[in-house]
Amino acid sequence: MSDVTRMTASEIAGLIKNGEVSAVEVTTAHLDRIATVDERVHAFLHVDREGALRAAEAVDRGEKSGPLAGVPIAVKDVMATKGVPTTAASKILEGWRPPYDATIVERLRDAGTVMLGKTNMDEFAMGSSTEYSAYGPTSNPWDLGRIPGGSGGGSAAALAAYEAPLAIGTDTGGSIRQPGAVTGTVGAKPTYGGTSRYGLIAFSSSLDTPGPCARTVADAALLHAAIGGHDVRDSTSIPQPVPDVVAAARLGADGDLSGVKLGLVKEFAGDGTEPGVRAAFQESVEALVKLGAEVVEVSCPHFTYALPAYYLIAPSECSSNLARFDGVRYGLRAGDDGARSLEEVMSLTREAGFGPEVKRRIIIGAYALSSGYYDAYYGQAQKVRTLITRDFQAAFERVDALISPTTPFVAFPFGSRTADPYQMYLADLFTIPTNLYGGPAISVPCGTSEGLPVGFQVMAPTMGDDRMYRVAAALESAVGTLTPPEL
Amino acid sequence: MSAISREEVAHLARLSRLAVTEEELDRFAGQLDVILQSVARVGEVTAEDIPPTSHSVPLTNVYRDDVVQPCLTPDEVLAGAPDQAEGRFRVPRILDEEE
Amino acid sequence: MTTIALPSYDDAIGRYEPVIGLETHVELGTNTKMFCGCPTGFGAEPNTQVCPVCLGLPGSLPVANRAGIEATIRIGLALNCDIASWCRMARKNYFYPDMPKNFQTSQYDEPLCTDGYVDVDVDGETVRVGIERVHLEEDTGKTLHVGGATGRIHGATESLVDYNRAGIPLVEIVTKPVTGTGARAPEVARAYVTELRDIIRSLGVSDVRMEQGSLRCDVNTSLNLPGAEWGTRTETKNVNSLRSVERAVRSEIIRQAALLDGGGSILQETRHFQEDTGDTRSGRSKETATDYRYFPEPDLVPIAPDPEWVARLRAELPEKPSVRYARLREAWGIGELDMQSVVNAGAVELIERTIAAGASPAGARKWWMGELARRANETGTDLADVGATPAQVAELQHLVDTGKLNDKLARAVLEGVVAGEGDPTAVMDARGLGVVSDSGALTAAVDEAIAANPDIAAKIRDGKVAAAGALVGSVMKATRGQADAKAVRELILERLSG
Ligand SMILES: [Mg+2]
Ligand SMILES: [Zn+2]
Repeated sequence: MSDVTRMTASEIAGLIKNGEVSAVEVTTAHLDRIATVDERVHAFLHVDREGALRAAEAVDRGEKSGPLAGVPIAVKDVMATKGVPTTAASKILEGWRPPYDATIVERLRDAGTVMLGKTNMDEFAMGSSTEYSAYGPTSNPWDLGRIPGGSGGGSAAALAAYEAPLAIGTDTGGSIRQPGAVTGTVGAKPTYGGTSRYGLIAFSSSLDTPGPCARTVADAALLHAAIGGHDVRDSTSIPQPVPDVVAAARLGADGDLSGVKLGLVKEFAGDGTEPGVRAAFQESVEALVKLGAEVVEVSCPHFTYALPAYYLIAPSECSSNLARFDGVRYGLRAGDDGARSLEEVMSLTREAGFGPEVKRRIIIGAYALSSGYYDAYYGQAQKVRTLITRDFQAAFERVDALISPTTPFVAFPFGSRTADPYQMYLADLFTIPTNLYGGPAISVPCGTSEGLPVGFQVMAPTMGDDRMYRVAAALESAVGTLTPPEL
Repeated sequence: MSAISREEVAHLARLSRLAVTEEELDRFAGQLDVILQSVARVGEVTAEDIPPTSHSVPLTNVYRDDVVQPCLTPDEVLAGAPDQAEGRFRVPRILDEEE
Repeated sequence: MTTIALPSYDDAIGRYEPVIGLETHVELGTNTKMFCGCPTGFGAEPNTQVCPVCLGLPGSLPVANRAGIEATIRIGLALNCDIASWCRMARKNYFYPDMPKNFQTSQYDEPLCTDGYVDVDVDGETVRVGIERVHLEEDTGKTLHVGGATGRIHGATESLVDYNRAGIPLVEIVTKPVTGTGARAPEVARAYVTELRDIIRSLGVSDVRMEQGSLRCDVNTSLNLPGAEWGTRTETKNVNSLRSVERAVRSEIIRQAALLDGGGSILQETRHFQEDTGDTRSGRSKETATDYRYFPEPDLVPIAPDPEWVARLRAELPEKPSVRYARLREAWGIGELDMQSVVNAGAVELIERTIAAGASPAGARKWWMGELARRANETGTDLADVGATPAQVAELQHLVDTGKLNDKLARAVLEGVVAGEGDPTAVMDARGLGVVSDSGALTAAVDEAIAANPDIAAKIRDGKVAAAGALVGSVMKATRGQADAKAVRELILERLSG
């Protein structure tokens, strides 16, 4: 038997189904791999060894079946997992064990996947490098001195380090796609409302979208299908079924894109993108043309306002969403010496429990929502959101999907962008418009620059998730997957 | 001109229940100023008659039926509580101000 | 500290014109909370009616209760409001430990119902109170202050929080400023809250009990010189009864007049009504009010009531309480004051149903407003929960009407009914309380009485019929009250007429 940790999810599921390997053996192999490499990678905040083995045994007893039964998975620590520590990589939630499962986690359990543990991330998903985790950063398996992207750096690194074949991420401004791009893995942000947010610790409610992370497009589609679909516990959940993304990925893998029209976003062509990233992207575009796709340039004039609008909307919502962390009902309490008032204890708790990026965003959000500034900031950003949505709608009247690099630069060295928060924000320049619009987008590896992975982004209309899988799978069939150096 | 003053940051921190240090206040004031100056660009878009978008899904009227569902057990409710007494969450004295 | 001499109310209102406004919160009587499936029952053990949603646990999300939306629309319609065709919930952000998310899901600039009115009757004259808005929000938990005097927040050393009430739907009803009431401002305020309570009760969406907090009232008051601009208003909270509404307005008018008379100015502030003294006491001043940073709730989608739904709810609105009371007053043949006490006792429905079950209006009213109202008062329960049903009361009255029970026996039977011993007939039989109608036994008792009182018997025989009363009394005594006095009297006369 070759090493199961190098296999795709569908290969593993097939072997288990055919009885060639047990779920427990697969799980043990991955737990061993984590034990070997995670000291260096630090993809996991918590490994649930017993829980994983219990779940694997249930599969081996035949209690669970389905296309992902027995496949190990890593879950971003922002999803509530019943009885399993859930911190959102924040000190303020240290030791918290939720009394309930997120809908997606429930679906993963029902599908017979084996949850290995919870992955590292930027605190409350705010960041693009996982350097803002309160529990220390995650390293990029391609170069341990570089960031794995963020906020879902742990999930992406776990895939690239062969610690898990599948992972769950959440994407508010690019937190699935950008880590996917810089670790050479696949990350998809589904249509907003296509995957349930129930149990996802909210950062920015109107943007947060959970989604699949994998090493191949086909695996991402399998996971997407397993977690997606209507949830009565999420009012913003779309009642219609998720498009058949698995079939779309299979179709794309045939490598025929004739009749498919793709749009290059003119506004993304400016400088700021590293030459190596541009080159790899350009080559991939040519590859797609060879597969029969027609590529045209489209203008989305308001995309240049997406970043400013995002950095008003997301902090505004987060300033409200994170108000509940006050040391009263769960989590950290600081400064309760018997003399201080509740107000002081709340303030000391939040001061001690939140990291600097979270505090910055809470303050910006409070500012953007305050009565004197609401119209100029939050209100105006909501209007920009309308204009960006119109840009997308107009573009999709002309083309089937939009394409761009996922992020302007490859994995950068630790500490190189933390001094200036705005420099960090630029990592999400190309991913943010989609979040403001609500449509789906996927990042798929498209080569390397200076030995580091480059990501290719496909953006599709809302509920057109199948379309992006088709294009991504076709590209994957043309350029192949990336293999990181041995750890 | 700076978009946000140190005093404003201090006020917002208080409003947000963050006991920031003097050193943080200095650092945040500078950083927030840079961020706000950059994001203030949203104001360049003339958007007189543009309706704001608060939700990206065009859903309305999502309701549930008025049917009782199971609650958490008292143990589950209080398991994560930093402090508790008599089945309730215990908090330090509240300053004499109300909503 | 100097004490300002207070003017009399007549003095104060002679110099200034009052403007009042009322903000009323009504807790809806839905089965479940507004945004989760937790039950809403009163008096459960602390923190036993909570789930991840109403506890504000990280990751949880709200889903709106259709019944809460419907009840709010029905209240809006009953108050003659326009129903929004599209509106959103909003977050009101402020920190308070009884609020699990540290924001209240409420409505801000897009209320569900706007621009209505309520006509109230004050001393035979109709006053129209404008309704600014009716919106939906969620209630907070309950905080128990420990260590201070009498459970007050002031001086407490710690507080204990119970989230059972957190998330229960609350409807907030805000009036437009009410002007031109002159001296009658306190009565108008009271009449408005009374009418509002009756309307909401008639809709069956809340039990609207001020003493239990399911109807809570804040009263805004300002004074201005005739013809001048409106003055600065104060907001008086903690007004927990109809009488207090009236007293709060009155005392605030006197207090503000005294300040203005002395050349002072009114501070825009929250004040608290003091039940014991009838005064208002300063709370937090509005200057330090926090900026609530309202924004549309992203976790809930817009509310866009289907016009057909609204039309159906409108068509199904019950009769207006004032119209209904007038109709019932007529049918029951009672005066306005009697009707008012029936309404105040919460007995309208009970009496109606008792009549529907076969009792006469007088008979139905007699039991509910007499024996049962007294009992409810003594035990501090609702008349509806006193332990007797309209059907039982009707049955009781029927037993009286058919002579099976007399008044005294009926009261004893009712006691048994209320104690849960069963229906009136069953109680009567079990306790052996029926009127002795067995003519043999009764005749024997009468004959015994005649034999024991020959003098009286002689008088009756001589035609002094009035003397029969003494013999009746003696027979009643002998039968321990279980005879029908009228029947006894007839029997005595019959035996002595021979
Ligand atoms: Mg309110
Ligand atoms: Zn609940």
